[in-house]
Amino acid sequence: MNASVEQQAFRSDARDWLAANFPPALKDKSYRALADKDPALAADLEVWRSRLAGKGWGAPTWPAEYGGAGLGHPQAKVIQEEMEAIGAFNPIPTLAGMGVTMVGPTMLEYGTDDQKARHLRGMASGEVRWCLGLSEPNAGSDLASLGTKAEDKGDHFVVNGQKIWTSGADISQWCGALVRTDPAKPKRDGISFVLLPMDQPGVRTRPIPLISGASPFCETYFDDARADKADLLGELNDGWSVIKRLLQHERQSQTSAGRRKLDNEEPLQDLAKRYVGTDADGTLSDKDLRARLTDNLMAAKAHELTIARITAEARGQVKVSAAASILKNSATRVAQTKAELKMEIMGAQGVGWDGEAYEADELASVREWLFGKAASIYGGSFEVQYNIISKNILGLPETTQKG
Amino acid sequence: MAALSEEQSIIRDQAKAWAVEQAPVQAFRAVRDAHLPGAFEPKTWAAMAELGWTGIVIPEAYGGSDLGYLTFGLVLEELGRNLTAAPLFASALVGASALLLGGNEAQKRALLPEIAKGQAIVTLAVDEGPRHAPAATAMTAVAEAGGFRLDGEKTFVLEGMAATHLIVAARTAGRPGETAGITLFLVPADAAGIRRAPIGTMDSRGYATIRFDGVAVPADAVLGAVDGGFPLLDATMDRARAGLAAEMLGTAAAAFDLTLDYLKTRKQFGRVIGSFQALGHRAAALFSSLELARSCVEAALQALDDGAPDAAQLCSLAKARMGECLYDMSNDLIQIHGGIGMTDEFDAGLYLKRARVLEAAFGNRAFHRDRYARLLGY
Repeated sequence: MNASVEQQAFRSDARDWLAANFPPALKDKSYRALADKDPALAADLEVWRSRLAGKGWGAPTWPAEYGGAGLGHPQAKVIQEEMEAIGAFNPIPTLAGMGVTMVGPTMLEYGTDDQKARHLRGMASGEVRWCLGLSEPNAGSDLASLGTKAEDKGDHFVVNGQKIWTSGADISQWCGALVRTDPAKPKRDGISFVLLPMDQPGVRTRPIPLISGASPFCETYFDDARADKADLLGELNDGWSVIKRLLQHERQSQTSAGRRKLDNEEPLQDLAKRYVGTDADGTLSDKDLRARLTDNLMAAKAHELTIARITAEARGQVKVSAAASILKNSATRVAQTKAELKMEIMGAQGVGWDGEAYEADELASVREWLFGKAASIYGGSFEVQYNIISKNILGLPETTQKG
Repeated sequence: MAALSEEQSIIRDQAKAWAVEQAPVQAFRAVRDAHLPGAFEPKTWAAMAELGWTGIVIPEAYGGSDLGYLTFGLVLEELGRNLTAAPLFASALVGASALLLGGNEAQKRALLPEIAKGQAIVTLAVDEGPRHAPAATAMTAVAEAGGFRLDGEKTFVLEGMAATHLIVAARTAGRPGETAGITLFLVPADAAGIRRAPIGTMDSRGYATIRFDGVAVPADAVLGAVDGGFPLLDATMDRARAGLAAEMLGTAAAAFDLTLDYLKTRKQFGRVIGSFQALGHRAAALFSSLELARSCVEAALQALDDGAPDAAQLCSLAKARMGECLYDMSNDLIQIHGGIGMTDEFDAGLYLKRARVLEAAFGNRAFHRDRYARLLGY
């Protein structure tokens, strides 16, 4: 069989399997609706999760022995496309927190056989949720100046310190944390990456409400928490290499411009026509808004085409590369501008906080707009991405002083 | 860069090497200072035909190589990098496209092989006012015994002085502003009643104003359908827009390379200026814009090759996004170079002047934003 015939056969098999296994009640539902614990859907979601996990399609490109399906990126893309075609979705990366998108790919490269055997299946099945302890109150973008200490106690480390913005820490079972293992060395040379269970007396979490209301972000405190030596990811004091790789995976995972069309999300131009109105010739009556709206739609299209181009150039294998920084910033800008436009289109209906005066999606758009402000801050701020582009891609000299 | 076929890679590499060796920016500067009648070097044009570039979108049956628009775009990008002046775009892309899309068999057989040989220079005459507005066509074509009589004036006609043939949009019905009632005519540039005058544009290229006074053309000079020429005109201009965007991509990429090189070598306050964060971020923003625009340009060219249903949208997207990118790139090229950027001796000014002319041709950003919005139905 030649490659395209093979691909076609795979597509047809995937379509059949999805048709037979995806619970119809979940069609076109967003993960958010499910996370709100609609009890009628929870049982279907569990069925769907376990079938996907059994098939290895929660993390399809991972090796089968670690819970994946050992597929190539073109095939994973086919699965994704076929899911979208029937209004299905893969809940496992979300259930696994930072597991499938970041910790797992990094562990596949840096982990020991024992670590892979113990941890990867739980991520790939969506049964074990992971969070990441990276940022600290006194080290945001300057990650290398972190202060959380890990003291060597022979077979384990004792961890003390505080992390912030640990997304999902209050509901995670495991945490991948960046800790200082040698305070005597220069900043980046004394850091290690450890994995530690969250369910232990030395770990405490506190959710952080944001300007948009409740949030997945937490503060996490380590007071004599324990991390086994067997759970040191990468070499001792070489956590900086591990984290650089992990952050590339993070940028990669943050490159899609806004969530995909769920719940039959209304196109922005249709929303505008509804709220703003049109002239006799069918064009939006607010010309200035129309021009800016078009700029945003064009930027979204340019972003989408760039992802497609980079994928095509890599011949299906999307490498974790510096291009992720360009895409992360582009995704952020498109999504943030879109949220601003949505509010502007809604006018007075776009500034509601609660109560009867507003529709549910009007209220949701306000929260989304506010929460979206985080996108240019987390995962390396907009400015940090520009530093990465200017230094790593363009080869300009370091723009910040080394510590 | 798109995932290219082996043939495409060869053509791109050849174009890159040829342009750098045979037609670099210094060559354009010499053309500018020589005030040549067509505003290009005939031997440069002959070399392009020799290399086969004049036949890239022309089918083999008419003497071309039928390699498509993406391939043509690769060549245009390299020419855009070096500001190479020649009628390649006007004739072998725009003129040939009009004939391919709307020509009858006799017209194709007569002209396409001549375009492929570089013998005929066929250009499109569409605009009549200072801004690109094809529907505003007011020039008249009145039916008379055995044909039509053309009266009116076209401006900003690319390679208008060197052209051997003109494809002219004229009104056979309707009123200016309406798309219906426009007809395209293929007219020899030396027909009786045609007067041409060069326009001195700031990019020193060969534009002309062309006056038609009672120009008689036979009925078989019509390209496409009488009164129904607009879709053909629009489809031809989409090819022009994507091609121009490819040239602009090369121009912007060269402007960026110059800027980046300067950021790495120029010292101020004891450090290279690229180490200043404000400038590093500007470079990152320009580079990101270039990468995003490149995707749009390649997608538009590919959509034309594939006959994709959203090709028109993508062509407007490419021209608009590339317009914005080149605008920023050419401005920052001057700004970051400081005083030296203002001197005629340095190349920056040549890129800036070319950038604005390319922006105006076949619809600027405002035009294509509006068109994109209409195509999306709002």
